[in-house]
Amino acid sequence: MKIVLNGDPFELAGPRTISVLLSELDIDARRVAVEHNLTVLKRAAFETTEIREGDQVEIVNFVGGG
Amino acid sequence: MDNFNIAGKTFSSRLIVGTGKYSSPSVMVKAHEASGADMITVAVRRVNISDRTKESLLDYIDTSKYFLLPNTAGCYTADEAIRTARLGREAGLSNWVKLEVIGDERTLFPDNEELLVATRTLVKEGFVVLPYTNDDPVICRKLEEAGAAAVMPLGAPIGSGLGIQNVNNIRIIREFARVPLIVDAGVGTASDAALAMELGADGVLMNTAIAGAQDAVAMAEAMKLAVRAGRLAYLAGRIPRKAYATASSPVEGLVGR
Repeated sequence: MKIVLNGDPFELAGPRTISVLLSELDIDARRVAVEHNLTVLKRAAFETTEIREGDQVEIVNFVGGG
Repeated sequence: MDNFNIAGKTFSSRLIVGTGKYSSPSVMVKAHEASGADMITVAVRRVNISDRTKESLLDYIDTSKYFLLPNTAGCYTADEAIRTARLGREAGLSNWVKLEVIGDERTLFPDNEELLVATRTLVKEGFVVLPYTNDDPVICRKLEEAGAAAVMPLGAPIGSGLGIQNVNNIRIIREFARVPLIVDAGVGTASDAALAMELGADGVLMNTAIAGAQDAVAMAEAMKLAVRAGRLAYLAGRIPRKAYATASSPVEGLVGR
């Protein structure tokens, strides 16, 4: 199934939670924030929020800035 | 102690430093230490999905020692800035934000209208909003009325190193402001930071002036001392300016008169 991840098309084998996606991408959940279909998720919701066909997911972290 | 309070939180240093543009992470770490700052700014950006090899900024920041202030740098509308602030809150687990809404690419000057809209919304959502703004006393007053926890007028364009271009406006903003005044952006060297503090700023925020210096660690220490010196001079109360000399030594008892 196709989703849009950080602005780019991304292929997933099927629906899965944010937590599963993060671990598949080898991303430490404690260091990122996630937006799912324009809603910013609380960290506790990573386990329960399911990604489906066509969803938009943004995963951000902190980088250097002023 | 002359502590620095914003929205009920106390900081020991009046210097706030950034994390961008350092030559290496280890130079950044040393510069942060030398600066004495206890609040540092960070930006919020998409994780690079295709290249996960890059180290995380947070590998180099001891968050038990430094308070992180996420920014909304690069946002051009209130909506983008609000979205970024919400993401920054979840990434950093604090409700503080350095709010930037840019209105022009070449100057990186703020868009006052969008900045006000974003400030109002984020204050309603419980954010502690520290807006980067023009050196305009009227917009600073409006931001304060909108619930900003501090006002952060620019001294000069971001990264320009020109120093404080409108000294009189910063002085007037000082007079008007009932929230902390932080001069944000434009500092080039230590005397610029000292001047900001002498004008009565409660703090100074800078990134490029330190990160871009040939010796960033030495410049960080210079900025620490400058901010401290300027603050002390402000509290001490300078002498009035006069056009002519006033002798420091007695005028009586001169030999041979």
